[in-house]
Amino acid sequence: MEEIIHDQELESKEYFINMGPQHPSTHGVLRLVLSLDGEIIKKVEPHLGFIHRSIEKMCEHDSYTQIVHLTDRMDYLSCHINNEAVCLCVEQALQIEVPDRVKVIRTIIDELTRLSSHQLWWGVMGMDLGAITTFLYGFRDREMITDIFEETCGARLTMNYNVPGGLFFDIHPNFQKRTKDFLDYFKKKLPEYDTLLSDNVIFTQRMKGIGILSKEDAISYGVTGPTGRASGFSCDVRKHHSYMAYDRVDFKEILDTEGDCFARYKCRINEMWESMQIIEQLIDNIPEGDYKVPTKAVIKLPKGEWYQKVETARGEFGVYIISEGQKSPYRLKFRSPGFSNLSALDHMARGCKIADLVAIMSTLDLVIPDIDR
Amino acid sequence: MDNEEIKKFVLDRVAEAECTDGVQFLQVTVPSEKILQLASELKSNETTSFDFLFCLTAVDWPDHMEVVYHLKSTKHNHQFVLKGKINTRKNPEIETVCHLWRTGEFHEREAYDLFGIKFLNHPDLRRLLLTDDWEGWPMRKDYEDPINMIEY
Amino acid sequence: MNWLYDFTYLTQSIHESLSRNFEQGTVVLIEMILVGLAFMILFALLGLVLVYAERKVSAFFQQRLGPMRVGKWGTAQTLADVIKLLMKEPLINKNADKFLFNLAPYIIMITAFMTMAALPFAKGLQALDFDIGLLYISAVSSLGVVGILLAGWSSDNKYSLIGALRSGAQVISYELSVGLSLLTIVILTGSLQLSVIVESQANGWWIFKGHIPAVIAFIIFLIASTAETNRGPFDLAEAESELTAGFHTEYSGMKFAFFFLAEFANMFIVSALGATVFLGGWMPFHIGGWEVFNNIMDYIPPIFWFFGKVSFIIFLMMWFRWTFPRLRIDQLLTLEWKYLLPINLMNILVMAFLVLMGWYF
Repeated sequence: MEEIIHDQELESKEYFINMGPQHPSTHGVLRLVLSLDGEIIKKVEPHLGFIHRSIEKMCEHDSYTQIVHLTDRMDYLSCHINNEAVCLCVEQALQIEVPDRVKVIRTIIDELTRLSSHQLWWGVMGMDLGAITTFLYGFRDREMITDIFEETCGARLTMNYNVPGGLFFDIHPNFQKRTKDFLDYFKKKLPEYDTLLSDNVIFTQRMKGIGILSKEDAISYGVTGPTGRASGFSCDVRKHHSYMAYDRVDFKEILDTEGDCFARYKCRINEMWESMQIIEQLIDNIPEGDYKVPTKAVIKLPKGEWYQKVETARGEFGVYIISEGQKSPYRLKFRSPGFSNLSALDHMARGCKIADLVAIMSTLDLVIPDIDR
Repeated sequence: MDNEEIKKFVLDRVAEAECTDGVQFLQVTVPSEKILQLASELKSNETTSFDFLFCLTAVDWPDHMEVVYHLKSTKHNHQFVLKGKINTRKNPEIETVCHLWRTGEFHEREAYDLFGIKFLNHPDLRRLLLTDDWEGWPMRKDYEDPINMIEY
Repeated sequence: MNWLYDFTYLTQSIHESLSRNFEQGTVVLIEMILVGLAFMILFALLGLVLVYAERKVSAFFQQRLGPMRVGKWGTAQTLADVIKLLMKEPLINKNADKFLFNLAPYIIMITAFMTMAALPFAKGLQALDFDIGLLYISAVSSLGVVGILLAGWSSDNKYSLIGALRSGAQVISYELSVGLSLLTIVILTGSLQLSVIVESQANGWWIFKGHIPAVIAFIIFLIASTAETNRGPFDLAEAESELTAGFHTEYSGMKFAFFFLAEFANMFIVSALGATVFLGGWMPFHIGGWEVFNNIMDYIPPIFWFFGKVSFIIFLMMWFRWTFPRLRIDQLLTLEWKYLLPINLMNILVMAFLVLMGWYF
């Protein structure tokens, strides 16, 4: 009896809100249980798994070429980079050295993927804050990149352009021209993006000083990608553990020290400039050669374990393969950036208002399939 | 610190550790009881200072369970793989590391959810991805679900 | 075509012809019904036109075309939507307070109607011409918040409740600024009667005649009235990315349409009020000494002047909505209590000083 009375007291004090699974700003089916005091958030508890498909379990039955296709379905906005992680892991295990041409093309498409992902993020973030117009702008410019992808590999979102050993097929003859056209266009548009939001008083007031994540916390929570770098955590895999053609291009790792929503926003905007710079350095220097190293029809990895990390648009994506020498892995683990980034949400959102939580979530740039896997 | 030094560091503290030089990382397997003590030393010691746990997962072997910690030091930029070997598959238990690396909180919940490994002293050990009333541990090799799983 | 310039003849002749045929009481009754019908038609038309306008304006800002399929240029899109909303199932939450839940949309609609009664649309085209018209409008228009609070409370939904409480805090705060900015002009006119306010602008609009204080008052009025009608960037009560749809989350079908319609009607009302008080109402634009120009301006009927000015202010409000991100609740209240209200009070003092010294045209 006493316990019941105690519970009732608790209930009368705490106000819970279920944000999600269907909610406009959770960007998918994420459910957050908020404990509120008025409008101030006391606790955020994420409930995941609404689109958990157990991709890792599926992988234990699939061949390595099939696994590549499954990775598209996790972080669909950086699908090419996810594909690449698995391919790199398999190539590393088989000790295949892919041709230079493949390296450069993969890098260019990686960066295009990153650009398109950040464009979408920019649009959606504006919409979360109530500026619906940005959503349309973001999608308009993203369309140009998806058109390039469509011409290159036939798909706009889940591309499957990578196979272990190289690429599915060679790039389209128009690829270089269209990419350069896009860069010329987007160079004019990006400053416009920036002025539309970051010069706006309402926007800056809503972003500055909100959802602060210190560097120590970022490392401890394993928050990577632009979110971690905005807190000063130097975690760019492209710099620290360079793969593909990243060691031959000149680019900066964008770091900030503030760690608030505005720093994360700035970080992504600046990253778009860096991505464009990387593409510019490579687009005219695609070496001639094969686009693929022939592999066996059924790939069997030797006994052992491999870990490959890549930098997706959201952070560090890792593939951990344990092989027993079979055609499918014994155990495969995807370390998804969104999963770790989400774990810091509660820490960042405490003491903020509901509107701030929306801002924090949008600057974390969560993709739910990436978290649930 | 290179692999040899890490190996020495670990062996000094846990004599029964098994070290293998993998293709990429040094892999160190220690019994599950020693994990917490070793992990806190690896994190707090100045020479190692492994402050970034970038991946935590579990592996279900035929006769034992394994919890795999991928560690990196942001200060010294070295990384290695620590494995905690749990000798039973029935009621696997291991000490939590989530007070050392906060990211462990979610990763350990996931490992509990899918493998049924109990992380002792974890502040909030519940199912994460699956529903609360789910039965069994799906990522284990002997898990059977005749409806949803397609056998090849 | 004379009636187009002065509606007094038209209304007078209707009144006379009715008086000849009926008794005094019946005449009043028939006239009330006629006026009610006229307002209802106006209301429905406003809904149709403004929803279409909002879609087209937002499409213009977002570099797309907007509705294009139903009718020429998508003009019949809103009609199609009305039919869709009529056919939708009116859902009520199981635990909702059904009486209040059904009442809330009507309260909002009724307040919109009541406010509209006092607006001077053109010369002689005004249903009620009080001597306290301005006070009446600002008093009645703030009643709408009761409907919003009821909707939020009775819905049995936490999002609705938060939205309603936000809206309550917001409307009550911004009501002050709307009232005070209008008061700045009342100092100049010396009357609260809307027809007198319009007449006093025959030789120039108050926004031009009233010097800088009038301009400041107009800007404050624009901000505060946007907030009072719960439109973006002050749409915290709805805040679709935070509270799904705020106070009308649980409403569907025609009841939802009433909220929607009331939002547009309120937008029209505040724009009309702004146009009447600051931009000369139905008075044409005149420049002193330019006889030919003034004659050409006079040639445009007053009702077109009125609706033109109203459309201009509505366009401004739509521009805000589709450009700015939304404010947070504490920023919203800070803006009102720490900036707008003190500026407003100072502004009234300055204006009073100007009037005392006679330093206005």
